[in-house]
Amino acid sequence: MKNMLSELRVAVVATLFLAVVLCGVYPLVVWALSQGLFPHEANGSLIQRGGTVVGSELIAQNFGSPKYFHPRPSAAGEAGYDAGNSSGTNLGPLSKKLTDAVKERVEAYRAENGLAPDARVPADAVTSSSSGLDPHISLRNAFLQAPRVAQARGLDSEALEKIIRAITEGRDVGVFGEPRVNVLKLNLALDKKM
Amino acid sequence: MRIFDDTFGWAQLAVFTGLLLLLTRPTGVYLFQVLDAQGKTFLDPVLRPVERCFYFLLGADPKKEQDWKQYTISLLAFSLAGTLFTYAILRMQHVLPLNPQGLGPFSDHLAFNTAVSFMTNTNWQSYGGESTASYFSQMVGLAFHNFVSAATGIAVAAVLVRGIARHSAKAIGNFWVDLVRLNLYLLLPASIVYAVFLVSQGMIQNFKPYDTAQILDPYTVEVVKKDDNGDVVKGAPGNPVTEERKIDTQTIVQGPMASQVAIKMLGTNGGGFTNANASHPYENPTPLSNFIQILSIFLIPSGLTYYLGRMVKNQRHGWAVWGAMAAVFLMGVVACWWAESAGNPRLHALGVEAGSGNMEGKEVRFGIFNSALFATVTTDASCGAVNSMHDSFTPLGGLIPLLNIQLGEVVFGGVGAGLYGTLVFVVLAVFLAGLMVGRTPEYLGKKIEATDVKLSVLFVMAAAFSILGFTAWAAVSAWGPAALNNAGPHGLSEMLYAYSSGTGNNGSAFAGLTANTYWYNTTIGLAMLIGRFIMIIPALALAGNLARKKRAAATGGSFPVSGPLFSVLLLGTILIVGALTFFPALSLGPIVEHFQMTGSSITY
Repeated sequence: MKNMLSELRVAVVATLFLAVVLCGVYPLVVWALSQGLFPHEANGSLIQRGGTVVGSELIAQNFGSPKYFHPRPSAAGEAGYDAGNSSGTNLGPLSKKLTDAVKERVEAYRAENGLAPDARVPADAVTSSSSGLDPHISLRNAFLQAPRVAQARGLDSEALEKIIRAITEGRDVGVFGEPRVNVLKLNLALDKKM
Repeated sequence: MRIFDDTFGWAQLAVFTGLLLLLTRPTGVYLFQVLDAQGKTFLDPVLRPVERCFYFLLGADPKKEQDWKQYTISLLAFSLAGTLFTYAILRMQHVLPLNPQGLGPFSDHLAFNTAVSFMTNTNWQSYGGESTASYFSQMVGLAFHNFVSAATGIAVAAVLVRGIARHSAKAIGNFWVDLVRLNLYLLLPASIVYAVFLVSQGMIQNFKPYDTAQILDPYTVEVVKKDDNGDVVKGAPGNPVTEERKIDTQTIVQGPMASQVAIKMLGTNGGGFTNANASHPYENPTPLSNFIQILSIFLIPSGLTYYLGRMVKNQRHGWAVWGAMAAVFLMGVVACWWAESAGNPRLHALGVEAGSGNMEGKEVRFGIFNSALFATVTTDASCGAVNSMHDSFTPLGGLIPLLNIQLGEVVFGGVGAGLYGTLVFVVLAVFLAGLMVGRTPEYLGKKIEATDVKLSVLFVMAAAFSILGFTAWAAVSAWGPAALNNAGPHGLSEMLYAYSSGTGNNGSAFAGLTANTYWYNTTIGLAMLIGRFIMIIPALALAGNLARKKRAAATGGSFPVSGPLFSVLLLGTILIVGALTFFPALSLGPIVEHFQMTGSSITY
């Protein structure tokens, strides 16, 4: 018992010492280096337009109007796209809630993009992402939405496809991850052009 | 897409496995230097004075080694002090600094669950990070354990290896020396470099309040109306009342994330800064950051197999263990990847492209392959970070992470925990081999006797009893099913996963389960304590018992613990023990769900 008590005293001292080094010095060193070397990234990769923050390059926000490309469905927060409450749906593969929601989204996607009633829809367009804040859509999803956006903006679809290709991010280092299109960046590029 | 056609998937798997193989030796050699109290490292000029200062403050003599009982007492005392430290911070976060969002204190059962969770290297989270924990709670209360629980795990593995390597000895090392050296020379410097790399990819590291963005395309949605207490307002027939809400701004989370995420991955902790963990675009911004995060989970556990070979002066033994682990790892990845690529036939029937795979709960930048790789690695090891929602995986895709945890996370495993778990299975494998050929089992010149086998069996049984016992209890209770997000077999899987994850000190979840209730917080808290200490104490006792023994010279009749035969024997022991124990429970969860998905039209 005496042994345990003296060990506890040592343990408390060790806890405090290590807390100062690992939870005080360490995060501050990382903070100083990050703010010095990568201030844009360290502060959230925020995008400003005319002095106000309109979003972050990395965080999805909702777009519902036909003239904008639409992001993936979101389960973050009760209204979706809540970047203070990241979350997926966590619905299992046999969930009725999931199949009902996907059915509705598939039909809506076909209708708004003028697709045939039996057209196949890319999975990322009708399923919720893991974080609810996935900033990207697949290339196929972008190209299927392109005619609608072109029409709403009076753009010719060739010019629009050129913009999509310019925004497309390839695989990192040529091999990692998937090719993808950042929805917010694409929509900002469109707004700038118009 | 069928996985055979997915060239980039195979290429990424090859690069991953190749890099892991290349990094194993240098990591192992460095661990060898750090875990030797007199060892020299290239960081000595900077860190030696800090190390000396630590010993001075503690009044500890770094040259004095402990026997296994003293070592255990030091470890337990330190774990207790750390748990109370974190519990106090979480309960008082509303009066502590660095809380720009003005978040309130953790409830008592949530603070208990969370403090235990981080102390035991589990990082199970009954809460969403960004909506519950202040910067101070994350950076001090939680990140503290990300470092020290990792160091503690590695220390226990090192002690067991010393027990095997030494003979006729009582002393097996000094806990305080192992603790401080692992933190200062290994985890701290690696985390600094790693964290800055993560920021370069887009991860945040700041102390400002959450930002508010004026979004480009404001919209209105219908949401459930809540009163001032946050309770749902009910209309006449008991249905919730909805209201229109205009959304024109977006709150964007901020905070000191990179410093915490670096050690979260390197220390196989896995506790997310945000609720979505490594699927959050800030917490895992690019496919490159994703790849490095996955690799960093396996880095130290893989290096420890080299450390084992070096310490017992039989490098081929270390590689034989590595080979057995790599085999299970590859089987798991391919199985999970195949299942997720095949996707969900229910959604295909609705018009979703079958070639895109199961994208529910996954991110576009990672795609199917990197989600399956992450899920497999995070559960091979006891990491528990996720870059996709395991709850939304296909039944067989979700079975892999669950089974990985239940096998004891011995496929490279958690930092330290993986190696000492594996060594327990090595003892069992050697024992079984001895029984089969009818001679005294022997491991590297040490006779394996009744005490050693009893301690190993205790280690294995504790996990089985905790996982199956708690799941059974939850399943028949009133509070268990009440917290489920999915019905049917998937609901059982949610509970089974929760207690597997808790006991296995993993921390990942079928996250639909609303675990932040009195009963779940308490029972999962107990499962985590069992999974940590009913494993560590037998492992340390085994170390003490092995160190004490004399070593017999190797003869022609000695059982070889290197080469493919030994790898297969070890593999067989792990799979048979795991399969026999958990197959009945798995068949009621994911397996029956798979057949319902393919052979019926049942929905829940």
